[in-house]
Amino acid sequence: MAKSARPSTATPAASTAAKPAPKSRAPRAAKPEAEPTIASSLADEAAFALRSLQQAHANNKRYDASDEELLKFYEQMVLIRRFEEKAGQLYGLGLIGGFCHLYIGQEAVAVGLQSALTEGHDSVITGYRDHGHMLAYGIDPKLIMAELTGRGAGISRGKGGSMHMFSTEHKFYGGHGIVGAQVPLGAGLAFAHKYRGDGGVCMAYFGDGAANQGQVYETFNMAALWNLPIIFVVENNGYAMGTAVKRGSAETHFYRRGTAFRIPGMDVNGMDVLEVRQAAEVALEYVRAGNGPVLMELKTYRYRGHSMSDPAKYRSREEVQDMRDNHDPIEAAKAELLKRGVAEEKIKEIDKRIRQTVAEAADFAETSPEPNEAELYTDVLVETY
Amino acid sequence: MAIELKMPALSPTMEEGTLAKWLVKTGDEVKSGDIIAEIETDKATMEFEAIDEGVIGEILVAEGTEGVKVGTVIATIKGDDDAAPVAAPAAAPAVEQKAAESVAPAGLDPKAKAAAAIAPKTDAKPAADPELPAGTTMVPTTVREALRDAMAEEMRADDRVFVMGEEVAEYQGAYKVTQGLLEEFGPRRVIDTPITEYGFAGIGAGAAMGGLRPVIEFMTFNFAMQAIDHIINSAAKTNYMSGGQMRCPIVFRGPNGAASRVGAQHSQNYGPWYASVPGVVVIAPYDSADAKGLLRAAIRSEDPVVFLENELVYGRTFDVPAIDDFVLPIGKARIVRPGKDVTIVSYSIGVGFALEAAETLAAEGIDAEVIDLRTLRPLDKATVLASLAKTNRMVVAEEGFPVCSIASEIIAICMEEGFDHLDAPVLRVCNEDVPLPYAANLEKLALINSAKVAAAVRQVCYR
Ligand SMILES: Cc1ncc(C[n+]2csc(CCOP(=O)(O)OP(=O)(O)O)c2C)c(N)n1
Ligand SMILES: [Mg+2]
Repeated sequence: MAKSARPSTATPAASTAAKPAPKSRAPRAAKPEAEPTIASSLADEAAFALRSLQQAHANNKRYDASDEELLKFYEQMVLIRRFEEKAGQLYGLGLIGGFCHLYIGQEAVAVGLQSALTEGHDSVITGYRDHGHMLAYGIDPKLIMAELTGRGAGISRGKGGSMHMFSTEHKFYGGHGIVGAQVPLGAGLAFAHKYRGDGGVCMAYFGDGAANQGQVYETFNMAALWNLPIIFVVENNGYAMGTAVKRGSAETHFYRRGTAFRIPGMDVNGMDVLEVRQAAEVALEYVRAGNGPVLMELKTYRYRGHSMSDPAKYRSREEVQDMRDNHDPIEAAKAELLKRGVAEEKIKEIDKRIRQTVAEAADFAETSPEPNEAELYTDVLVETY
Repeated sequence: MAIELKMPALSPTMEEGTLAKWLVKTGDEVKSGDIIAEIETDKATMEFEAIDEGVIGEILVAEGTEGVKVGTVIATIKGDDDAAPVAAPAAAPAVEQKAAESVAPAGLDPKAKAAAAIAPKTDAKPAADPELPAGTTMVPTTVREALRDAMAEEMRADDRVFVMGEEVAEYQGAYKVTQGLLEEFGPRRVIDTPITEYGFAGIGAGAAMGGLRPVIEFMTFNFAMQAIDHIINSAAKTNYMSGGQMRCPIVFRGPNGAASRVGAQHSQNYGPWYASVPGVVVIAPYDSADAKGLLRAAIRSEDPVVFLENELVYGRTFDVPAIDDFVLPIGKARIVRPGKDVTIVSYSIGVGFALEAAETLAAEGIDAEVIDLRTLRPLDKATVLASLAKTNRMVVAEEGFPVCSIASEIIAICMEEGFDHLDAPVLRVCNEDVPLPYAANLEKLALINSAKVAAAVRQVCYR
């Protein structure tokens, strides 16, 4: 049951995949600059196929998950959802301060993509909306929640907060507060994989808003030029704070934005965890074979405001409700499990276990002490001089 | 088991709010995600969502109630049975941390302020603010509104002035400083940009070179780091490099400094960074009148201006004179509290701490003079040195890193030009020399406060 992510945007992946390059592009490419013939320009255009990977994805859209795998995806998505709801609640109680950006609605993206990576081997980097990516990479919810409440037991010892969390052990490299900064950093991680020849790839997530930062395109150029093993992931959730995609972007099909750098693009429904996972398989095969970067656009949606203090007046309640009711990735996975004949008891058991895990994380985050005051001065520099 | 619904904190700075509307009543069934109430915060009206499933039990705070403290139980839900029991968390440590925000500088009578500006009769010229006509009405105005009014008034007067930045138009500003501008001036002059600071700072600088008067808003100055090349290399140097032929009259403005619990990447004071560069004007006002009068002056200036605001001060209310053409001089400090025993020099949010410290010290018999620099470049040395000559003791209070700070600069000036007047070393009170931590207790320790300022003053007074 392939659901298209957002009815309002873009053509469904399958139909774009079948089309050749959009008409508007051909004349532009053929514009004689160094006077190549029109025929040679068109041949070149054909040699770089923006949609080469899209086609592979379209041929086989959904990952053929075993019941066990699908249950695992379901569990991870539910963990993120419940964790984020709890974080929202603790923010409301004043236990979490500052900015807190929730991932609710986008769970299938991190779970689908990262389930295809090897934790601790492949690198992951993202922006400030980072709790979900950490949970999907197996990082202990207690350590994350304790960071949110600013406690000494938090993953950054309480010094980073919601937007600045890291686990080098898991090869999760943050957690960055400056929009777009994680993109070149991600390419640097990919550079290191290639340099060391360790076979790892980097997955660098950024938003539809971040996609407009100039450094993103500087990075695309170098990543393609140097064949870096990186998957650029645009999580297109429709909005950058209060700015709807079409108000901030001249090209709203983000997967096309690598065209000028010969980076193949993929347009993926981010509300179906199995479609996401299958797309990841295609992209990873390409990148791991040494072909250089891939740019994936994941169509998704955030249910909550941009951060806890966003009144979200720029969209209608109906729009949000429609996504919740008709495109929810967790409900879809659950329905699919039931359809397959997986016992409802099994699902309930997961739900219960996750509630327990999250309650324990919250409890830990509320009761563990604030950092020792001496921590104020530690970690500024590594060495003493 | 009943679940208590508590008044939520819906922004980093919210301590209380108005329960504007209930969208449910006793007996209604709710599920996670349902909107159950509308709450007005210090910045906006927010929807309050249910997180738990169940049936609304009692509504404990009636709609329309104002000043409901964060954490107050406002209703109960009879939960479904399989929900894991949620222990009601103990008192939130985070809340107390925010107290600094609500502390308005005590006991400042606007008339005394005006008098202060012209009071000291020393050799150096005192801050020459325009004299207010007798009987001028004073209008209590938030800093946020004062900034907006300044832009609106300049835009009415001069079609070349336009405002550009992220979320400045349709969203009404991330911190609501540009509220209403789109409505009055339309999308030609109030322009939302994508998240591309480097790009739109450059476009702004180019438009200024091309004859317009851009006001470029950075959502916060932390993000202006993406654009600093254009601020410094394009805007600040053009006039000099062109031998005075090509100007760049632009204002870069937005909140600067630490906010509340937003961590190291979002909490820095860039005053010293920009003030170190010749070719820009740097302004960092504290109260509403200065914010308004100086922003108008900045927009009118032929030079590029970096205008540093402070989020924690946006909501504070101060008097603004109700006169038509209220513009203040750039480059003039202001004595906000006259005194004879010691001088406290500060700017931006630091002025609030300095004034608080002065009150405390007054009770101990120390009469402190407080100077608000207002402009960081060019720096009003004359006012600082004249005060030093009078009091012979000085402390600089600055919300920012201590190393290579404005405080460092003031101390250098005192050494070079005021040495003979010094009865004690000048001390600086700044934030701790560490990136700003997130944890509530550590953040509090890292930041400047009035107690630290008062302690330094006692030290230079040998008390
Ligand atoms: C350089 C920079 N500019 C502005 C901001 C403020 N800001 C934080 S998130 C955000 C919107 C980003 O939207 P998007 O990239 O679509 O990601 P999403 O929040 O939707 O996940 C903005 C403007 C920032 N953190 N850094
Ligand atoms: Mg977005």
